[in-house]
Amino acid sequence: MPFVRWLRRNLVVIAGLITLGYLLLPNLVVTVFSFNKPKGRFNYEWQQFSLDAWTNPCGVADMCGSLSLSLQIAFWATIGATILGTMIAFALVRYRFRARGAVNSLIFLPMAMPEVVMAASLLTLFLNMGAQLGFWTILIAHIMFCLSFVVTAVKARVMSMDPRLEQAAQDLYAGPFQTFVRVTLPIAAPGIAAGALLAFALSFDDFIITNFNAGSTVTFPMFVWGSAQRGTPVQINVIGTAMFIVAVLLVLAAMLVGKRKNKAV
Amino acid sequence: MTTVTETPPAPPLTPGKETRKPRKRGRLVPYWLLLPGLLWLVVFFALPMVYQASTSIQTGSLEDGFKVTWHFATYWDALADYWPQFLRSVLYAGAATILCLALGYPLAYLIAFRAGRWRNVVLILVIAPFFTSFLIRTLAWKTILSDGGPVVSALNALHVLDVTSWIGMTDGNRVLATPLAVICGLTYNFLPFMILPLYTSLERIDGRLHEAAGDLYATPATTFRKVTFPLSMPGVVSGTLLTFIPAAGDYVNADLLGSTDTRMVGNVIQTQFLRILDYPTAAALSFILMAAILIMVTVYIRRSGTEDLV
Repeated sequence: MPFVRWLRRNLVVIAGLITLGYLLLPNLVVTVFSFNKPKGRFNYEWQQFSLDAWTNPCGVADMCGSLSLSLQIAFWATIGATILGTMIAFALVRYRFRARGAVNSLIFLPMAMPEVVMAASLLTLFLNMGAQLGFWTILIAHIMFCLSFVVTAVKARVMSMDPRLEQAAQDLYAGPFQTFVRVTLPIAAPGIAAGALLAFALSFDDFIITNFNAGSTVTFPMFVWGSAQRGTPVQINVIGTAMFIVAVLLVLAAMLVGKRKNKAV
Repeated sequence: MTTVTETPPAPPLTPGKETRKPRKRGRLVPYWLLLPGLLWLVVFFALPMVYQASTSIQTGSLEDGFKVTWHFATYWDALADYWPQFLRSVLYAGAATILCLALGYPLAYLIAFRAGRWRNVVLILVIAPFFTSFLIRTLAWKTILSDGGPVVSALNALHVLDVTSWIGMTDGNRVLATPLAVICGLTYNFLPFMILPLYTSLERIDGRLHEAAGDLYATPATTFRKVTFPLSMPGVVSGTLLTFIPAAGDYVNADLLGSTDTRMVGNVIQTQFLRILDYPTAAALSFILMAAILIMVTVYIRRSGTEDLV
């Protein structure tokens, strides 16, 4: 039975593709329903094809404002977390110092903690300090939970660096600063970029920690959460689809550039 | 390039020594590098834990303010009132983790060994869902699992819903607003966190080991059981942790896809903190969740013998 043999050989491929389908199905639904024209307030049932939402993406009150706020917070959180995280990563890989274990666990713990615990405890701190909840408390929280991920990403890259390249630079009379800017930083750049991208994605999409520490400030995920109660506008799907397309194109472009570079070397 | 690197008379083995030796003040460099980031983590991650612990033993009211009265009874009351939600969190997160492993392993295996030139494309497709806000994607499950929709009808026709209703996972002809919907959403949301570590550890396996097993007359099943799976254990351990921990604290799926009968401990913490404003109870619940997860993780890592993971 050639078919049964083929099936047995490719069973894992079939199972894997089913999982891939499970992962991508919601994105398909989001995209299809961005062309829907729902009857009621909720966009859960297919009614008829329409381009209304695509031609008027900011047609819903407050949505584009929340989107721009989320982008701003993600931008600043990325910068903050990337700078602080890169510094920690370099210290961890390049130097010996006391209390290394304690430092490592302080960086590991935020990644091993359920978000809701971090969110709730941070809120108790802000409440006790009498801090005004809003932009700044969200930014503080986002830098806090993105930091560990940046450290992990940068550390991996710096660890695999050949230290002799820096020694070579110094043998050629480059000062410490020059060595760092011209040799170390360019080699570590992919790791730093990966950490920054991760931080941006985590911050932009964060809901639970923001939900606790935002006060009455509305980020994009908070807007989506609220709309799940009040009624989901089609425009949410438009933003979701557009984000998906832009990100996939960016990744493909990065891959193509990477390939060409590899060929050049 | 090689001529340059060979110039130093005796290439030092440790990179730090050579670069640090000439400058005495360089000794403080690591501390300056660590200071800002660690300060941030201490003030906004560690200190809040202390505040949370102190809030959990306070009594009082919103109007008169809360005071620390060492009122540990809050913990017992919280556990007595909300043990079903705790139990549900563990059960749902556990079920989602097992499903993630069962669904994620074949896909990770496919990417590592069978995808060939399609490897990067499949990897991107695994990460791609992240690019759309997870709340929007979770809402999409409301459409997919809607009453009388194709998925529910198919499950009904295959008599799957009869079985799941019998064990209390679904309710008659409905999937939405049942435990099954919540588990399905949790599985979906945290599946990439299972696939990526699995893929990383599978990818490191030397393909020649498979050939060697085959040469020694091992069937594909035996090869998997004796070679591939044991070698992928680090990925299994970190994957299960990365799915179980966030799933146990999640309240988004239970809120959007579930009903009042599927509330998890995260839902309780959220409503106590943000709507009922009973801060001591909420802090106590959050503290119990943290302690429970830390204990479970420590025991799990010890038992699976991969302590170097951390």
